[in-house]
Amino acid sequence: MTTDAAAVRAGAFREGLRQGRLVPILTVLAAIVVVWYGAAVYLNAPRLIDGYERRDQAWDTGRLISDAYSMRRPVLPAPHQIVVELDKTVLDTPVTSRRSLVYHAGVTLSSSLLGFVLGSLLGIVLAVGIIHIHTLDRSLMPWIVASQTVPILAIAPMIIVVLASIGLVGLIPKAIISTYLCFFPVAVGMVKGLRSPDPLQLDLMETYSASKAQTFWMLRWPASTPFLLASLKVAVALSLVGAIVGELPTGARAGIGARLLAGSYYGQTIQIWSALIVASLMAGCLVWLVGAAERQVLRRMGSR
Amino acid sequence: MEPVIEIGNLSLTFQTRDSPVYALSGVDLRVDRGDFVSLIGPSGCGKTTLLRVIADLEQPTDGRIAVEGVSPEEARLRRIYGYVFQAPVLYPWRTVQRNLTMPLEIMGISRAERQERARHYLELVNLTGFERKFPWQLSGGMQQRVSIARALSFEPDLLLMDEPFGALDEITRDHLNEQLLRLWERTGKTVVFVTHSIPEAVFLSSRIVVMSPRPGRIVDVIDSGLPRDRTLDIRETPEFLEIALRVRRGLRAGHSYDD
Repeated sequence: MTTDAAAVRAGAFREGLRQGRLVPILTVLAAIVVVWYGAAVYLNAPRLIDGYERRDQAWDTGRLISDAYSMRRPVLPAPHQIVVELDKTVLDTPVTSRRSLVYHAGVTLSSSLLGFVLGSLLGIVLAVGIIHIHTLDRSLMPWIVASQTVPILAIAPMIIVVLASIGLVGLIPKAIISTYLCFFPVAVGMVKGLRSPDPLQLDLMETYSASKAQTFWMLRWPASTPFLLASLKVAVALSLVGAIVGELPTGARAGIGARLLAGSYYGQTIQIWSALIVASLMAGCLVWLVGAAERQVLRRMGSR
Repeated sequence: MEPVIEIGNLSLTFQTRDSPVYALSGVDLRVDRGDFVSLIGPSGCGKTTLLRVIADLEQPTDGRIAVEGVSPEEARLRRIYGYVFQAPVLYPWRTVQRNLTMPLEIMGISRAERQERARHYLELVNLTGFERKFPWQLSGGMQQRVSIARALSFEPDLLLMDEPFGALDEITRDHLNEQLLRLWERTGKTVVFVTHSIPEAVFLSSRIVVMSPRPGRIVDVIDSGLPRDRTLDIRETPEFLEIALRVRRGLRAGHSYDD
């Protein structure tokens, strides 16, 4: 059973090699790691050399490099230091602990998912309103666009403060910031998608005397599905950004954003980088999941 | 004979930004039950517009029109006609069967009945076995046959067809013409058929309406004396050629060469 699974995995790996996806990705990764190790020495060296000179200590290049890779608060930590930190905070710490990155990731994930769901629903509802009611098209669309020109970093603290004053704290305010970012790509994509049926497809419905609701569910909605799924991929990544930004200004005690903030207070660069890596892995997984759902749905809808 | 469509002095003018376009002007036409009427003319003569007026997809600016004795809107609401467009207009996310049964879904017909009709009409257009295919897996001719089956599926008395075979190659077109003729013979439906092919119009029709552009108007109406059970061979006969010649003359007379 396990050998079968291993064989399948090995087969998939070889298949990946053949299709030439893995090799370019791994090459780029290797290049990044090499550059990173170089940059870590270059960026950490001035402070180390300062220290050697203050203490009148003899040093050579070998000493410098090994010290550059083992500082407690480096300007740029070496990749293996981040891996060690991740190993400690992800695998070796129970997930219920405040020191566990999994715990913090979970806090951020729950508000970003809530924001994603709310934002997507809001975006869909707005789009449906805009394509059916002419005055909404005129009045709402400019505001929807304008909403996104406000820097989220500026408006997030305001949202948090206003909501806190009416007693809303914790998950909901962060989710609302995610919602604020999420609804935009969904609304814009869905307006385009719901308007994508061509005149003949609409005429056909007319010849059957189909009701507005029938035209919506049998034509506009399925025609807009590819647009919706593409928008959701953008929205899910944004929802995570929104949740993290929502954790920054509040002195939140939990979440990826709180970890980033605490790390920067105390100069814990390794902690910051670990949180960043976890955040980007999480974003990657979310986008991949939506992408997988997209492929599944579109295949069922008969796309080539 | 009982009239299915009666049109009197019908005009339609499109208001465009620079100047009005006279799409139809003073059109008189009567289509009797069981007729196969072709509207033929060069592009821009308003033949498609006339068909769309009958289907209540365009509104005339002047004149009278009655479909089954009521207004086109009332006729559309009663689902009296089935419309076949130039393109198949199949929804790409629906299988062949679900495209065919879509009008039945809209009309609230039961699932069992829908399946039965799908089976029947796919057989009628020789597409049994393609139920689960998606439109892109079919050739252009097959797609158009699905769209014809779809128009027949809810059993309207009147078929409105707008150059349904215009985009197909000659051989497929001949084949589908023959099938359509058999279908008309068997079901006794009334058909209004738009085309710009003279042989197609003469081969299919019991009456040929020749139209001319700018403004769109009728220049000749020809009653064909050809038997109903004609085959493609009839195109070699003197009777056929005589009608074709008269259509050609009508088209030439109506056509202005100054543009």
